This record gives sequence, C-alpha cells and structure tokens, in this order.
Amino acid sequence: MLQMQQVSKVYRTDLIETHALREFNLHVKEGEFVAVTGPSGSGKTTFLNIAGLLETFDSGTYQLDGEDVSRLSDDARSRIRNRKIGFIFQSFNLIPDLNLFDNVDVPLRYRGMNAAERKRRIMESLELVGLASRIKHIPAQLSGGQQQRVAIARALAGSPRFLLADEPTGNLDSLMARQVVELLEDINRRGTTIIMVTHDPELARRAHRNVHVMDGQVTDLQPFASKPLIRPEALAAAQ
Amino acid sequence: MFTYHLRLAFKSLRRNPVLSALMIGAIALGVGVCSTTLTVYRLMSGNPIAHRNDVLYSVTVDNWDPARPWNEKRPDIAPMEIAYRDAMALGASKIPSRHVVMRKTTFVVDPSRTNGAKPFQVEARLATKDFFTMFDTPFLYGGGWDQAADDGAQNVVVLTRNTNQKTFGDVNSVGRTLQLDGRDYKVVGVLNEWNPSPKFYDLNNGAFDEPEELFVPLSVGAALELPPAGNVNCWRNEPLNSYTDLMNSDCVWHQFWVQLDNDEQVQSFRTLVDNYVRDQKALGRFPRPMNNHLYRPDEWLKHNRVVRNDNRVLVGLSFMFLAVCLLNMLGLLLAKFLGGAPLVGLRRALGASRSMIFRQHLVEVSVIGVAGGLLGVGLTVLGLLQIRTMYENYEGLTRVDFTMGVIAIAIALAAGIIAGLYPTWRVCRTQPASYLKTQ
Repeated sequence: MLQMQQVSKVYRTDLIETHALREFNLHVKEGEFVAVTGPSGSGKTTFLNIAGLLETFDSGTYQLDGEDVSRLSDDARSRIRNRKIGFIFQSFNLIPDLNLFDNVDVPLRYRGMNAAERKRRIMESLELVGLASRIKHIPAQLSGGQQQRVAIARALAGSPRFLLADEPTGNLDSLMARQVVELLEDINRRGTTIIMVTHDPELARRAHRNVHVMDGQVTDLQPFASKPLIRPEALAAAQ
Repeated sequence: MFTYHLRLAFKSLRRNPVLSALMIGAIALGVGVCSTTLTVYRLMSGNPIAHRNDVLYSVTVDNWDPARPWNEKRPDIAPMEIAYRDAMALGASKIPSRHVVMRKTTFVVDPSRTNGAKPFQVEARLATKDFFTMFDTPFLYGGGWDQAADDGAQNVVVLTRNTNQKTFGDVNSVGRTLQLDGRDYKVVGVLNEWNPSPKFYDLNNGAFDEPEELFVPLSVGAALELPPAGNVNCWRNEPLNSYTDLMNSDCVWHQFWVQLDNDEQVQSFRTLVDNYVRDQKALGRFPRPMNNHLYRPDEWLKHNRVVRNDNRVLVGLSFMFLAVCLLNMLGLLLAKFLGGAPLVGLRRALGASRSMIFRQHLVEVSVIGVAGGLLGVGLTVLGLLQIRTMYENYEGLTRVDFTMGVIAIAIALAAGIIAGLYPTWRVCRTQPASYLKTQ
C-alpha cells in the first residue's frame, strides 16, 4: 500500500546540510492505523510530507498504492493528493473566511465534481463528524475540537485511501482529543489507512502499530495494540 | 471553476479592504490619466471625414513671398489657404465632380420677429453649394441651396440645429425668414447635430472649434462685401482700400476643396492647377517655385500637424505614469499574495495544481484590473471636465464615448494582469509543505 525504501531527504542551505531522513524504510499495509512517534526534529513531519507528496525526496523509492511516485510531475502529485490522500493538521488549517460547507468543499472543487455530488459528500462528511447542522458557521465560531472535526470531514469528503494526520490532537484538551481519536478509529474501522504522527504515547498505543523515528531513520517497529487489521471484505464494502 | 475563482477573488479583496482599495486606486489613477490624454489625442488625431477620404482634396498653391516662405520652420509648405481670385479661377474648372470655396464671416441674427428674443452675433460660413454634399452634413430639415442661389447671390441660409432652436424653437423652419445683419434670408435647411473634430475643412481658424452657426452662399458675401472673420494673411505690399482690392489681392483667406472621384480626375486636375500657376507666373504672380498640392483629409490633418508633438509626449508620459502605478500595484500584490501563501500551501495540499492556483490569482488580479478600470473611467470623466474648464476650445475634444470607456477598462485589465503576473508566478512556486505547520 505504502512502501518507502532507502528514502533520504537532505535540506541544504549555503552553510549547512540537514539530513531529515536517512535511508528511511517503511511498509504500511492497507487498512492499517500506524502511529509515527519520535522526538522533535527526528524527521516525523518530513516523512509525513513525503508520504503525502507534499515534498520530494533525494534518493530511494516510494510506492504508493502500487505506483512509483518518485518521479511524478507536480500536476500528477497534486492529482494523487486530491484523490487518494486526506490530510489532518495540528492547527486544523481551515480557511477562516469560508464557512464549514465551503471548507469541506475545497478538495472536491479541485476534483471537478458536479455540484450535486459535492453537496452529497460534504453533508455526509459533516454528518459523520456531527457538524451537519452548522454548515453556515465559520471556523472562528467553533471550538478547537469542532474545528479539527471539520478538518477531518474535509479530509474524508474525497473518500481518500490514506489519511495522514500530523499531531491531530496537539492543540486539543484531553476530552476533545479523545473524541477526535475515537473518530479516527471509527474512520479506520471503515477501511481508511491512517498514518498519524504524534508525541502522545497514549494516542500512539491506540494504533495498530507504532513506528519510532530517530535521526531520520526508523528505529523500532512495535505494535502497541492487539487490535487486528480490518478484514478485506469490510474494507471493500467501505470503499 | 471560473465562478468559484471569482468568488474567492471577492473574498480575498474583502479580506484586506485597505490593500485592495490601494491597488484599485493605483490602477484607476494610472488608467484615468492615460485615458484622459488618450481621449484628447484620439479625438485630435481622428479623421472625421474618413468615409470620404478617397475623394476629397484640399487644394493649396504657393503664391507667397519669394524672399520668405509661408512657414519659416517648414519652408517647403504652401499657405494653408488660397486667394479668392485663385479659388474662383480653379473652381471654374469642370474637372472636379464638386468643389467648394469658402470662408468665415459673422452675422448679427435678429430673431425678434420670430420669437421676440434679442439679437445675437454668430460665426457663419460663406460657402458654395457643394459644401453640404461634399462634407456629408446631416440635415434635420430641408437641404442646401442650389446653383441658382450661388449664381444669383440669393439670400438663403442653412441653420445649425442650435441656431434653429434659438431663433424658431424646435420646429421645422424651412421656408421661413430670418433677419441677418438687417436683411431677410430664407431658411432652406437645418442641420442635425454635426461637429467634425478636428474641423478639417478650415484648420487655419481653430482646428478644434465647433462648426459655424449658419451657412450662406459665398456669392452673398461678395455682393454684400461681408467682412472676413477668419485669418487673412498677406505678404505683398498692395493697396487694400476696398473689398474689391481684397478680392483681387494675393492675400490668402479662403479654403478650397474639390471632389475627385478617380485617379484620372486627380491627374487632370493636378495638371490644370500646375498650368494655372504657370500662366499666373507668366503674368508676374507666384514668384516662388511650383509648390502645388492636393491633400486628402488624412494627409491634410497630418500635413498641418493637428496633433502636436506635445500631445504625443503627453500620451507617452501618461503611460509612464501608468507604469509607475503598476509598479506600486505589483509591490502591493506581491505583499498580498505572499501574505496569503499559507492558504495557497493548504490548497496545494488539498489537491490544487499550480495551474489552478495560477488561474485563481489571475482572476483576482483581473477583478482588481476591471474595478480599477471602472474607477479609471470615472477619473477620466473628471479629468476631461477639468480640461474643458481650463481650455474653452477643447470642448469638442473632451467627450467620453463608449469606445474610449471600453479601451480604458481593457487597458486596466491588461495592466492588472501584467502587474499581477510576477506575484502570481511567485505564489504558484509555493511549496505545499512550507506553511502547513505555521498556517
């Protein structure tokens, strides 16, 4: 499903070179919920950006859904991002002057869907996160937890194969964080593969397995949970 | 997608109202200045008789001083006007399909018998009958006079719509009588609105003046010895004690135009003019080298430099001013777009390609351009009104027409897009990941 082999990424300035990822290897299977942990500056976010085709890498290979994405054009990467990947960010990244409906609408617009199909997906996504009644509200009128749920609805509206979450509970209090995690677990149970970067060991423990990153390399692969992966037939039904 | 981008553009403009207003103001100011000078330039350089350009010719012959040319800065050119005797002699030719000899005069109009109003003075044109046909003047009522009126110096008159309004009211006055300088004249026609700008048929007496208020046969002027109201230029020290002296002098004070419908006519008439001048030289006139010309209206306007170099320089300067405004706008756009880079990064992460982001921002600069253009048209109107207040003679040059309005908006749109290309390109280079953590 997602396979990185010997992936390296170096940030260069005139003065220094920073090796963000060094021969990074990871294989994520379809339907998995993987937590990526590690200290600040270890390369977690770089990994997530490369996994989400937001950044390129210098060497190695990366296959996503069976396709080698190493040398795709910018347009092709945009297309894959739009159709296969959903993003959830720590700071929600909602567009402040668009209401909830229009925020969730953004990725669907870029997919070129017709208005009726967009509306159906937006309403379904917002219903899933429990905010369908507030489509006319702007993000500033919502709590942090609600904003993150809108961001999740936006990520889900396009029915992505992967959900990449970067510290999704980092800006939330514990109660709201729990609600968001439960929502992510529910989404994963419906068949979406989730890769989540987190500092929170509690949250990491709820994933199927934990990938620990240190100095740009995977150092440890330990499943925290005994939860089985989703059955392929359930996955097919969810898709 | 266009309407989506349009909606985003309006939202973006509302997000930074002061910055948006500054950008729209900058482009409007530049376009306003440009359009004002362009409007004046365009009307100055226009050919109001373009549809008859191929058949009308202004005739000039050089009867000027052998020691000093008519125009010392341009010694090769002949006087703009022609002596009465030469105009009448050449006008007797049957080669042209039509011809007109004409000059300016003034009349005191006394409308007291028609509407009781007080007498007033007007500028008038004394012309031969073909004036109206050759210059395609539109008639509201009636028409011009006939050959008999020219031959018999009949007291007939064609009024402009304005003069008709002032003397008879808004009615058909054809057949009625109007008193000019104490004599009765029969109205034979009333012109509809007609304001050729430049006034090509008489550039020596105010190229941007409005047409005269009434028209009377030239022969009436001769019979009544009506004084000239336009320029009368003389070089020879000859006695001018009577009207007859003036008519027989070498003074130039008439305009002479002919209609030549084909090349053969042109060639024949050119030969006739040359032969006439040779004959006159034999009689001791025309001491300068042969310098006879037939000018089509466009050539005539160019030859007389109706559009002065100052105007061209002014247009150039106004475009430079527009460029300065655009540079300011470019800076503001750059600041605005780069300030919005985190949102661009987010949209890129959500699947927008570079070309989609490019189009989104291009729509936004187009909206700014069109808004600036509309405001610029308003500023153009104000600018032209100001020019009209300052220069009375420029009234005819300070009209904003639909075409100019469209041109102003097109300039603004193009200017907006040009100024927006670099900021748009820059923001499209935004790496999606760059701002997502900090957004």
